[in-house]
Amino acid sequence: MHKLASLLFAMGLAALLIGLAAQLPLGMTPMGVGQAILERAPGETGSANIVTSVVLAYRGIDTLGELAILFAAATVAGLVLAPSIHAESQAKAKPRDDAGLVLRAGSDLLFPLLLTVGFYIVLHGHLTPGGGFQGGVVLAAAFFVSFLARPAKQPSHVGITLIEALAGASFIGIGLAAFFGGGAFLQPLLDKGTLGQLVSAGSLPLLYLAVGLKVGAELSGLLAHLAE
Amino acid sequence: MNPPDLITILISGGIGLVAIGAVGMAVSRHLLRLVLALALAEAGANLLLVLAGYRWDAVAPILTGAAMTRPMVDPVPQALVLTAIVIGVGVQALAVALLIRVKEAYGTLDIRELKTRVEQEICGAAGIAPPESANKPGSSQPYPVPVTTSRESA
Repeated sequence: MHKLASLLFAMGLAALLIGLAAQLPLGMTPMGVGQAILERAPGETGSANIVTSVVLAYRGIDTLGELAILFAAATVAGLVLAPSIHAESQAKAKPRDDAGLVLRAGSDLLFPLLLTVGFYIVLHGHLTPGGGFQGGVVLAAAFFVSFLARPAKQPSHVGITLIEALAGASFIGIGLAAFFGGGAFLQPLLDKGTLGQLVSAGSLPLLYLAVGLKVGAELSGLLAHLAE
Repeated sequence: MNPPDLITILISGGIGLVAIGAVGMAVSRHLLRLVLALALAEAGANLLLVLAGYRWDAVAPILTGAAMTRPMVDPVPQALVLTAIVIGVGVQALAVALLIRVKEAYGTLDIRELKTRVEQEICGAAGIAPPESANKPGSSQPYPVPVTTSRESA
């Protein structure tokens, strides 16, 4: 009975969505806000990637809220998974096995590559697809791979928290600098430069670097907590 | 493949993912499967959101090469989905962290078993008898006491 009711509910939901999709002019969507942003964004922010302009310049305070949510989730997960006295005694009694030569060598090989790719994606967020969130995940993966290969050698939680706090503070600091400089909170600062150059788009790459470091630190801390 | 077919496939894929996720969340008794169903529904919703800003004749909103001359797709839904994906990851990580603790505390992730365990625990702490099933008869004698007429008793 319960399953039948839920099946009926899902079918109704699907029928509703199909009905809505049939009404929408998909594929040739009229763009009100989008068209205006496409026309004005290159001149206003100097970023070749317009999604980056939207995320960091037009909706910058939204991104700050998103970072706050991610921070809250990571903090609460750490709180929930904080080792109790019972679990700690168990962990001490049974030391973790090493992952073996092949995996250790593989992780040593992958670590610098993943770091390079991660920082490349973060720093080119205003030029190519990608940015702080995507690159931050790759950075977290770099640290998590080495953690998986050497379970005994844990990443320092203090260092992770320090990076995370500094990155978050610098994001807010750049926003406040724009605010006290006479503009709005998180308004793009600095020289816009030439469109398409690595050093361009004013403060957007700096903001994305802060986002990338914060996301990377949060996710690697979260993964380390989950793996423990 | 001509374009109209492609968008039909993509839209029905997005709607299907949402529907499958909804069924999974309603039907599954295992908590981890419930989280996975939530992730599926979220993927479908994100796909639908990105499709809402899609245009046939347009390219990605990045000003290099082809984008200088051709129209570009709507960047606003893409930025929204970027936010949604990141928040989804946070929610899933938190859910899995809670599941690990539940598994440690009760040894099971089955919803029905968990419900009886939690009820027993609560009732034990409160010092009352655990509630019985609603379908169980209220007393050892399930039917009303047969009425004895005064004539029979006399």
